[in-house]
Amino acid sequence: MGWEWEVIFKYFPRLLEGAWLTLELVVISGLIGIALSIPLALLRTSPNAWVRALPYAYIYFFRGTPLLVQIFLVYYGASQFEVIRESVLWPVLKEPYWCAIIAFSLNTAAYSAELFRGAIQAIPNGEIEAAESLGMSNALLTRRIILPRMFGIALPGYGNEVILMLKGSALASTITLLDITGMARTVIARTYTPLEMFLAAGVVYLLMSGIIIALFRFMESRFNRYQSYNPDRDA
Amino acid sequence: MKIRKLFTAAALITGTLLSAQSAFAGDKIRIATEGAYAPFNMVDASGNLIGFDVDIANALCAQMKADCEIVAQDWDGIIPGLRAKKYDAIIASMSITEERLRVVDFSDKYYSNLLAFVTADGSNIETTKEGLKGKTVGAQRATIAGQYLEDNLGDVVNVKLYDTQDNAYLDLKSGRLDALLSDKLPAYDWLETDEGKGFAFTGEAIDIKDQIGIAVRKGDDLKGKFSEAIKAIVADGTYEKINAKYFPFSIY
Repeated sequence: MGWEWEVIFKYFPRLLEGAWLTLELVVISGLIGIALSIPLALLRTSPNAWVRALPYAYIYFFRGTPLLVQIFLVYYGASQFEVIRESVLWPVLKEPYWCAIIAFSLNTAAYSAELFRGAIQAIPNGEIEAAESLGMSNALLTRRIILPRMFGIALPGYGNEVILMLKGSALASTITLLDITGMARTVIARTYTPLEMFLAAGVVYLLMSGIIIALFRFMESRFNRYQSYNPDRDA
Repeated sequence: MKIRKLFTAAALITGTLLSAQSAFAGDKIRIATEGAYAPFNMVDASGNLIGFDVDIANALCAQMKADCEIVAQDWDGIIPGLRAKKYDAIIASMSITEERLRVVDFSDKYYSNLLAFVTADGSNIETTKEGLKGKTVGAQRATIAGQYLEDNLGDVVNVKLYDTQDNAYLDLKSGRLDALLSDKLPAYDWLETDEGKGFAFTGEAIDIKDQIGIAVRKGDDLKGKFSEAIKAIVADGTYEKINAKYFPFSIY
């Protein structure tokens, strides 16, 4: 069995098509994930134990079960029920694309919420006290101080989460989506060249991770500009 | 003494290495099947592999007087696993195709297969190119049915490929699929069960000259041995008995 370079060249355009779908899945579920995780993180830091319980249960479930199980539950599980198939949600839940987005969003929201919770608790107390002493209301304090500081502190960890999500998105191929992995597997089913195609798929993932890493480096340097401030040099 | 021990050890190690190379040392034949393709190969409630393929495998091994071990392997990786010598033969309802023949050898056929469309009762889909235009049609990935869909209808229908046949049935039932293109025999079996109520074959079965054989590594003389054994069990009536257990008509 020889190494077949021409298979890689012939099918690389299809892998790139898959890469576009992978990108869509990661970006859309990433944005929905952030939107969901911020309220979850704020509730998680509430002084009231009852308020903390709900996001805790949510996070516990989504971090404690495999992403594959979550995808199957949304895609194959939900469709078992007549109620859901008859409901207004069915046009959305019928599509594997939206099922993948739902599962990925819920999953990444749980992980990000924990990251943001940690970041909120890491904000130096003095900054909060300073804002309070200026008479800021709770809402203003959250908007002006807590959230921006939270993003800055959580950013390196969040970049990690996005990369994990990129790789987790390969599971979309199990519900008939043709993302990078799905494309690779479909091509392999025809050509029987798993080494060549998976290597090519790996290279595409690697490139995408590289771009994500660079993007987060850039955002870190913007958000946390104070960290590189050197009074002697910049004076 | 010591040196002799060393030699023995060396001989033993070489022995095991060699037997790992050749499937025949010790006459132990490892056979892979999928375990998700009823009624040909599936897993029963206690986790044992059962089905037509498994019965045939056992009958062939008895015929060849060989010691066999049957293992389960995901469909996607079943040919790469054979080439990587994780097992020596595939008896998993695998069609003999030109593309597969590039990488493995096949024994003579042990049954023949047709393709057929399955749709919900009353869906009135015509299984012609025009009738299927714009419909969503599913099949299992890396199967003849999947390939037939992509090659012959890929330009007019929305093709969905599944990891297992079971997942394709789930989506047919939930209504995500308008039709399923499947090997006829497993679909026949599914339609007989409660799960398959409300669904039926539609249109003419497609004869794609599909013969099912046993895949072995290129150049392996297991190929001839299996072919001989198939001939023998067909001749002595063992095959017919196994056939009758699953289908009321001959599938050879």
